[in-house]
Amino acid sequence: MTWTFFLTTIITIGVAFGGLMGTIAYLILVERRLAAFIQDRYGPNRVGWAGLLQPIADGAKFLLKEDVIPGHVNKVLYILGPSIAVFTAMAGFAIIPFGPVDQAPSWMRFVIAPNVDIGMVYIFCIGSLGVYGVILGGWASNNKYSSLGSMRASAQVVSYEIPLGMSIIGVVLLTGSLNLNTILEHQASQGFIGWNIWTQPLALLIFFVSALAETNRLPFDLSECEQELVGGFHTEYSSMKFALYFLGEYAHIITVCFLTIILFFGGWHFPFIAEADSAYLGATLVKVLVLLTKVLMVILLIMFIRWTIPRFRFDQLMNLAWLGLIPMAAVNILVVMTAKQFDWPLWTLTVGSFAIFIAAGLIGTSGKFVVGEQSVDFGESPEGHVHAH
Amino acid sequence: MAEQQTPIPEADVVWMEEPEMGFWESTFLPAIFGGLRNSLRHVTDFHPVTQQYPEEKPDLPLHYRGVHRLNRDDQGRVKCVACMMCSTACPARCIDIVAEEAPKDDPLWTDRDKRPKSFVIDELKCIYCGMCEEACPVDSIELTSIYDLTGFTRAEMKFDKEKLLDVYDKTKDNPRDPIRTHRGILGPASAFATLPTVGPATQVPQGDKSANSPTSGVIGH
Repeated sequence: MTWTFFLTTIITIGVAFGGLMGTIAYLILVERRLAAFIQDRYGPNRVGWAGLLQPIADGAKFLLKEDVIPGHVNKVLYILGPSIAVFTAMAGFAIIPFGPVDQAPSWMRFVIAPNVDIGMVYIFCIGSLGVYGVILGGWASNNKYSSLGSMRASAQVVSYEIPLGMSIIGVVLLTGSLNLNTILEHQASQGFIGWNIWTQPLALLIFFVSALAETNRLPFDLSECEQELVGGFHTEYSSMKFALYFLGEYAHIITVCFLTIILFFGGWHFPFIAEADSAYLGATLVKVLVLLTKVLMVILLIMFIRWTIPRFRFDQLMNLAWLGLIPMAAVNILVVMTAKQFDWPLWTLTVGSFAIFIAAGLIGTSGKFVVGEQSVDFGESPEGHVHAH
Repeated sequence: MAEQQTPIPEADVVWMEEPEMGFWESTFLPAIFGGLRNSLRHVTDFHPVTQQYPEEKPDLPLHYRGVHRLNRDDQGRVKCVACMMCSTACPARCIDIVAEEAPKDDPLWTDRDKRPKSFVIDELKCIYCGMCEEACPVDSIELTSIYDLTGFTRAEMKFDKEKLLDVYDKTKDNPRDPIRTHRGILGPASAFATLPTVGPATQVPQGDKSANSPTSGVIGH
């Protein structure tokens, strides 16, 4: 029993780790090609057919390049930085179910660590530890640009941890569990209308925006913005250590995309082809493919967002978290708790979400609701329209 | 003392105000989705501007300055009269000329006094500014449109007279590198009868204050 359990775990880790690494390598290619297409270029298309061997060339280059450790750095922390970044990203993936867990074949599971009842808490713990990689790396580099980058990263992560955690509390309350697989099966058992996006659209928005900030992706990549900080926290890193940071970042993105799908889009559930009780031949495989396709969609969306939305200024970044997302998330939790307490039907949550969003938008317009030419006054507008002459 | 004035007359100043943000604008959603649609349109309607270089040759502008050549006159002699104007004009000092007297007993050279014994251009030192071309009084040295200049050693990148004449033989039939003058006589400074009229470098729109002002570049009344 214990021996087979051990073996299964090893196989699962091997499959998940290898799959994750290969996926990251090819996602970087996808991102580069997609970025090129958006900018009317070709991107890397020379190595292999349509550039398909580019990740292998990149990997070989990263491994074979001279590994420079500058003389002015704190060596221990300098090496610890990327290690922490990649370790936390990988450890966070351990409880992500990448398939229908209870229908897994006997020789492997669809999750590395099954039945982790504190699931979400664990992921957020590990995810917020990831910022230590960035901070240590930036600080150990002994370079002003690096330190500025890591300072920004820490402020950003501290701010966005809060809406990230608060946004999913609604989902957790509705399911009654922190276990990712339970949340997934809860949605799948209720079919298409059971997906959490229908009852928690605002939570999805807050979660997704905060997740982008947590993964340091554009439009929130202030910790490594090239135009201001050379390379940000990884200015002094080269070859494989730089690659480790990159690897950690991408693993983090994949984790976040899995979370988005599992928490809000029903995981492996899809109407008619992958229902909770569908048991035709190959149903398990179809479910895995459905889940992976959905995740790929989110990853592509994140890539599109990267090349669409310009970077935030730092005060805008802070304002968005503290004045926008956190109040909205707090009110959202309040609505969910009230609805649960008084057994209101689920559609009230949808209405509540939209109401909160509209209210936030109205506050953003200084109490004015501009419809076409008419503007409807919602209370006093602040004295902000002083004429320039 | 007059009051300090802006350099721009008051009548030309248009005061703008930031437009007020509407409800949807302040949620940023229409802008985000509009932007995403724009990004997606570039992928679905893909018109790359990249030139796939080795397969696709660039279409260089006609004034591109590439490898030098030494022109021949209509009798096949090198046009150069070894006057050293180009090597004097050269800011990179990459032209090295050794002059010699033209052999008077040779019937081909009877009408010439001086010619280069050796004419070496270090193509690695050259900054391709085209000043040699400007300085040459007999239109002998010219820059061609050859851009893919490569070599394995520094020595082979020093182009001597034979090599530069060889570049001329290779490029003279290329429509992009026409022989600028067909004059056979190597007269003093290629005697132009009239100077060609020089047009403005760029089109200036009607009513452009800067162009119409007595001192160009200063906007006045």
